[in-house]
Amino acid sequence: MNYPRATTFGSARPEEILRSVNPWFILLTFFLGFLGNVAPAAGLTLMLRPDFLALVILYWCIQEPRYVGVGVAWMLGLVMDVGDATLFGQHALAYAVLAYGAEYFRRRVQRFPLWQQAPQVGVLLLVCAALVLLVRVVGGAPLPRWTYMVSPIVGALLWPLLSMLLQWPQRPTRSPGER
Amino acid sequence: MRTIRHVSADPPPFFHRGPSPLTRLAFFGLLSIALMFADTRYRYLEGIRQVAAVVLYPLQRAVQMPGEALGWVAAYFGSKRTLADDNAALKQELVVIAPSVQGFASLRDENAKLRALLEMRTRYRGGATAVEVLYTGRDPFTQKIFVNRGTDAGIKAGEAVIDELGVVGQVTRVFPMMAEVTLVTDKDHAVPVRVERSGVRSVFFGAGAGRPPELRFMAPSADIQPRDKLYTSGIDGTYPPGLAVAQVETVERDTGQVFARITARPLAGADRSSYLLVLGEGAAQMSRPEEPVDANAEKKTGRGKGRRGG
Repeated sequence: MNYPRATTFGSARPEEILRSVNPWFILLTFFLGFLGNVAPAAGLTLMLRPDFLALVILYWCIQEPRYVGVGVAWMLGLVMDVGDATLFGQHALAYAVLAYGAEYFRRRVQRFPLWQQAPQVGVLLLVCAALVLLVRVVGGAPLPRWTYMVSPIVGALLWPLLSMLLQWPQRPTRSPGER
Repeated sequence: MRTIRHVSADPPPFFHRGPSPLTRLAFFGLLSIALMFADTRYRYLEGIRQVAAVVLYPLQRAVQMPGEALGWVAAYFGSKRTLADDNAALKQELVVIAPSVQGFASLRDENAKLRALLEMRTRYRGGATAVEVLYTGRDPFTQKIFVNRGTDAGIKAGEAVIDELGVVGQVTRVFPMMAEVTLVTDKDHAVPVRVERSGVRSVFFGAGAGRPPELRFMAPSADIQPRDKLYTSGIDGTYPPGLAVAQVETVERDTGQVFARITARPLAGADRSSYLLVLGEGAAQMSRPEEPVDANAEKKTGRGKGRRGG
């Protein structure tokens, strides 16, 4: 079987051996993602800002399903709800669904290079956004502006970059003669 | 100890992995829905939010700092030219408003005398607190902003917030060092208003982001025209009377409908101005008369009034 060659934007190919991840590193990335989400923003920045925590959860659900699954995602969602002062349980539901989607599709997604993973991730993020929209509108909230759908798309575009960053510490060190 | 591991390798199926993801999703999904329901109905989370806000505040400020520093540096090196232009524009503005300022002292004296004659209370008894907007609320479904003063400045929930052009909104949650302000454009946020030209009273309802607020339940024959200015009427005891709120944009009088469809444009620019004023508690009217103690008494007085009136 031929896999596409790993380029700068390619993922670690399935045969490539990654080091095992340090759980503290996972925790740190969750914290950074959370900070990215609660950082104050206004106007255009607010519109364009993706849900960093969702992206990080998605990454770890795909790469390390034994550490991060539906339960962890749900709890992080609760933390996000408290930090965000929105409806309690809204992010929890969205992240749980996201984690489930990641668990369901992860074998498939991993086979693609990062830039081809992006649209698949985008669909997952959009489904989540739509779910939150549905829950809030049923609860009596007005429909938000169309810009509501921009942030999941930005998230998908950021996926290759974010994956590379999160993968960095696990990359094996190569001997100088290789490549 | 670092072990080298194949990425796509899963633990062999004979390891116990707990319930299936779908079961877990169903469990946590139902739990979330229950939480959301409970939050909407009982609002039991305010305490947790207070604590979370205190913990988060330093973090948020820390994240904000690089941006602020950049802005400060940019402002420091801002060209002399812009400053000179600004200065000239401000001087011009000063001249333009000079007549009204000069007339202000005499008007104030006159007003005070008239008020004394009428034995009215001065309009703004309570103090006002100047606040700075920290950031916009992240929830895209609501219209909220956060300001930099809270219980430390004696701000209380329910107080009115204005800017130099008009009413911005109302304080809805107060944290130790910041407060949440719900804008007048938030869905179903109501402000009792009076039309400046005709004196007709109405209620101004927000409609959510990107939709013009409305004056609901107005008869098609109501004396309201486009470009009418709307001021707070003060009958709710939250907003002091006489603050500018909005300008009427469109009036549709469809005879087939029970009510006219009137949209308005808020005057205050919550998205533009970065400094706001929170009007203290005393600013609004005096408190309501005490409620009758039990439901029976209330009914009786209600009926009594009706009889007297009729």
